[in-house]
Amino acid sequence: MSDLTSLSMADALAGLDAGDFSSKELTQSYLDAVEAGQAINAYTTVTADQALDMAAAADDARAAGTPGPLAGIPLAVKDLFCTKGVLTTASSHILDGFHPEYESTVTSNLWRDGAVMLGKVSLDEFAMGSSNETSYFGSVENPWRADDGQSRVPGGSSGGSAAAVAAHLAVAATGTDTGGSIRQPSSYCGLTGMKPTYGRCSRWGVIAFASSLDQAGPIARSVKDTALMLGSMAGYDAKDSTSIDTPVPDYAAALTGDIRGLKVGIPKEYRLDDTPAEILALWDQGIDWLKQSGAEIVDISLPHTKYALATYYIVAPAEASSNLARYDGVKYGLRVPGDSLIDMYENTRAEGFGEEVTRRILIGTYVLSAGYYDAYYLKAQKVRSLIARDFEQAYQSCDVILTPTAPSAAFAPGENADDPISMYLNDVFTVPASLAGLPGISVPAGLSGEGLPLGLQLLGRPFDEETVLRAAGVLEEAAGFTAQPSKWW
Amino acid sequence: MSVDKETVARIAHLARIKMPEEALEPVTGSLNNILEWVEQLSEVNTDDVEPMTSVVHARLSQRQDGVNDGDMRDSVLKNAPNAEHGFFAVPKVIE
Amino acid sequence: MSNLIAGATGDWEIVIGLEVHAQVTSEAKLFSGAATEFGAEPNTQVSLVDAAMPGMLPVINKECVKQAIRTGLALGAEINCYSVFDRKNYFYADLPQGYQISQFKQPIVGEGTITLDFKDGSTKEVGIERLHLEQDAGKSMHDQHPSMTYVDLNRSGVALMEIVSKPDMRSAEEAGAYLRKLRTILRYIGSCDGNMEQGSMRADVNVSVRRPGDEFGTRCEMKNINSIRFAQQAIEYEARRQIDIIEEGGTIDQETRLFDSAQGVTRTMRSKEEAHDYRYFPDPDLLPLEFEQTWVDELAGELPELPDAKKNRLMDELGLPSYDAGILVSEPEISVFFEEVAAGRDAKMAANWVITNLFSALNAQGKGITESPVSAAQLGQLLDLISDDTISGRIAKDVFEVMIETGDDPEKIVEEKGLKQITDTGAIEAMVDQIIADNPDQVAQYAGGENPKVIGWFVGQVMKASQGKANPGRVNQLLKQKLG
Ligand SMILES: [Mg+2]
Ligand SMILES: [Zn+2]
Repeated sequence: MSDLTSLSMADALAGLDAGDFSSKELTQSYLDAVEAGQAINAYTTVTADQALDMAAAADDARAAGTPGPLAGIPLAVKDLFCTKGVLTTASSHILDGFHPEYESTVTSNLWRDGAVMLGKVSLDEFAMGSSNETSYFGSVENPWRADDGQSRVPGGSSGGSAAAVAAHLAVAATGTDTGGSIRQPSSYCGLTGMKPTYGRCSRWGVIAFASSLDQAGPIARSVKDTALMLGSMAGYDAKDSTSIDTPVPDYAAALTGDIRGLKVGIPKEYRLDDTPAEILALWDQGIDWLKQSGAEIVDISLPHTKYALATYYIVAPAEASSNLARYDGVKYGLRVPGDSLIDMYENTRAEGFGEEVTRRILIGTYVLSAGYYDAYYLKAQKVRSLIARDFEQAYQSCDVILTPTAPSAAFAPGENADDPISMYLNDVFTVPASLAGLPGISVPAGLSGEGLPLGLQLLGRPFDEETVLRAAGVLEEAAGFTAQPSKWW
Repeated sequence: MSVDKETVARIAHLARIKMPEEALEPVTGSLNNILEWVEQLSEVNTDDVEPMTSVVHARLSQRQDGVNDGDMRDSVLKNAPNAEHGFFAVPKVIE
Repeated sequence: MSNLIAGATGDWEIVIGLEVHAQVTSEAKLFSGAATEFGAEPNTQVSLVDAAMPGMLPVINKECVKQAIRTGLALGAEINCYSVFDRKNYFYADLPQGYQISQFKQPIVGEGTITLDFKDGSTKEVGIERLHLEQDAGKSMHDQHPSMTYVDLNRSGVALMEIVSKPDMRSAEEAGAYLRKLRTILRYIGSCDGNMEQGSMRADVNVSVRRPGDEFGTRCEMKNINSIRFAQQAIEYEARRQIDIIEEGGTIDQETRLFDSAQGVTRTMRSKEEAHDYRYFPDPDLLPLEFEQTWVDELAGELPELPDAKKNRLMDELGLPSYDAGILVSEPEISVFFEEVAAGRDAKMAANWVITNLFSALNAQGKGITESPVSAAQLGQLLDLISDDTISGRIAKDVFEVMIETGDDPEKIVEEKGLKQITDTGAIEAMVDQIIADNPDQVAQYAGGENPKVIGWFVGQVMKASQGKANPGRVNQLLKQKLG
């Protein structure tokens, strides 16, 4: 039954409903795949017993005629979501042995709807990175390899999530996106991934990186799967003061395939001088596909785009430096002894945090410190207002915005390791919408010259995930991306 | 603006991250690269621009007063590296 | 009045500013649903939010916002319908998040004033700089284990109002009056119980000295002082210390000092606190706090009568002297008690009985007004017995003593002990006649006009014979009549 893992979520649900197979069988297939796929290093914890119990419960619910919308679907959970009684680490040494006594709202929603947890998947430490190379549990490998057989990173920070889904080690996975961490790995792994509007999914129980940017979302194999999963994850949560109390629409129902008259904005500032020709060509192709489907293409301007990355790399580290202050060896996780309390703090945090996390904490501490706040943090928050205003103005003349997801296909491990800024540049197309809190999706649209997947990004108005998904569905249909990584693991 | 080794040492201490002397040099270099790069924001005219306070346009909702949480000492202390007699225990603090 | 203190080289003025942390009266904490009750077992009133578990988020308690607004209104302060919560970042064992959620640039309450009252009837206005809402920290215990500090997070996240005064006070006495007045206001409106022993109200005392008329000097801060007396001691000590240093040619280091209440001294902290850099920034887990002016107006309309207004009313309407009125409004429970006693009765008499008799009796028993064995209704009944001549004022004192002992109603005591005043003229006349008959010498003295005070002696004799129950007015009248 190994081919069960090749089914999309929608097809798996259909098969379960038809009684072609049980969730226990489906789940077992995935557990076997996970076992066989260890070389990818996506999973940090496999919860096999729990998965089979949840699968049995889903089978019972289906037999009783009361299955939830995702009943019996095995999922991977980014290890940034707190899962009750299950090791939760943010892929950091500093959370050694942490077993939360609570379940994040988003994962609770998924389990409420009958989904099955296969385990926890790796990420860049505390979601800080674009390659999944900063995980304390080691790099994750992209199931996709270049034509010459060379390894590629899966992207990040939701690299474990993307790699697991691409290698069929899960039907879909939860991700989180702070500056592109769902969309960029989705692009690198040939998947669909959506960052919903800030405030759409609860952040309660999701380990914080940068609170004003963090947003949970799905990574899946199709736009429809993405829509199904987002419908479960989303919703108002009174426990999150930034969660917005607005009803969750039927996202799958939004996939009408009809975008006639839809105004698609093309921001001229995203056409960067050093963007590879194949990326620009794919973008043009995407424009063409949407036009042929009846959309109206509109040239727009997002004049402050070029400042988005610098803004992001002030705001996010500033918030992170504060959010990560709680990891001090007192309440949970690692403690490295010291002669005094301060010594214990310093030892614990020096050993517990990796290089990139340390770098960002230092930057964040610096930009908030006395005498520098105005020049850095306050300035960045002002530029951020301008970036958000750019989008507001653009949406006066268009309904969605089409851009490439990333400036390249997946790169080789170590390629950007020496230069943090070159690593940060991977987020150039995803960060602006993050700063503005807007929904965005990456859809696989083609292959690079090296045979690696490339994604296109669609952005929407606040809380208009439906239009984004509808346009994404049309793009997916037009692109007809069916390539799969060849199985080397 | 750029930082020197002393500033990095001070910042590291403020962030409570032990920074061995030999690490200061490379970290200082790396921070300066980033600070130099973000310097580009000074090109942007932000006169009369309000800093962003929240990305969502909503009003902070206020919950009703009432005890509906707490009373869970075991859960609170369960993950503590050192808990004694119902307390978190840390190296002695001298005031 | 002059507040200057003499040094070896001339006069000095003390400049004092106070930051008071007042615990908001609420069932649950500022950003979590855990209880706030005092005295619970360690870490039993701690939610996952209060323990700063990863991924936990704050949700604000409306009651705390409401109490901050009410307090601001009671201080005559401007209420900001838009305020922002900031994170104040620092590491400490009892600060689980590594930051305190507070308000920095845009507090909920702006400038206001407090009027201080002094014994001599004078008053002084002290400016309020601001009031903001913030989280309390947990509690570190350093003496439970030889090498460990124990941390209890029960207080972590409890709502505090930090009320910051302007540096308007010039003596320990003024600081004491400020703290008392602030506590009175908070207790009147019920936004804080003002219990300093339990830590519901703590003061950070900022002290500097200067030559009169000079610029402010460098200040030192004594944090978390939990009694008014200690605050005053700390000020006296600290001012003298600073004057001595300056007069000896030294300079004051700006620092946080500990007040050692056992020794009555302030001292440098052994863990030499480094210069703090709190890296304040708006808490991204919270949106700005916004509410309508109509809510503020509504709360203003529902505020109880405040101590200043009540004092003025007692003076204007009841004719009480300022000092008495000040005492009677000093605690809400006292004012309620007094007003019940005074209702429909002679206010001055009621004030006298409450201030003189009741308070000294309570003081002797070490009790507060709420524990009084004599209720306001009972004291009122006693006053009625005096007014309708059932007993004399002197007998009333005896009755009151019994009331304090037993808690019995005055009527019952008067009845049981047969203390009813004798107003029957015939009975008094018999006693007067007897006394006159028994004391011819004194009668002669009176008649000769040698000693006019002798009439008083006769009154005393009659009162004695009647065991104090004869109506003194009637006795006087009869004696004058009979002695001619
Ligand atoms: Mg203070
Ligand atoms: Zn404070």
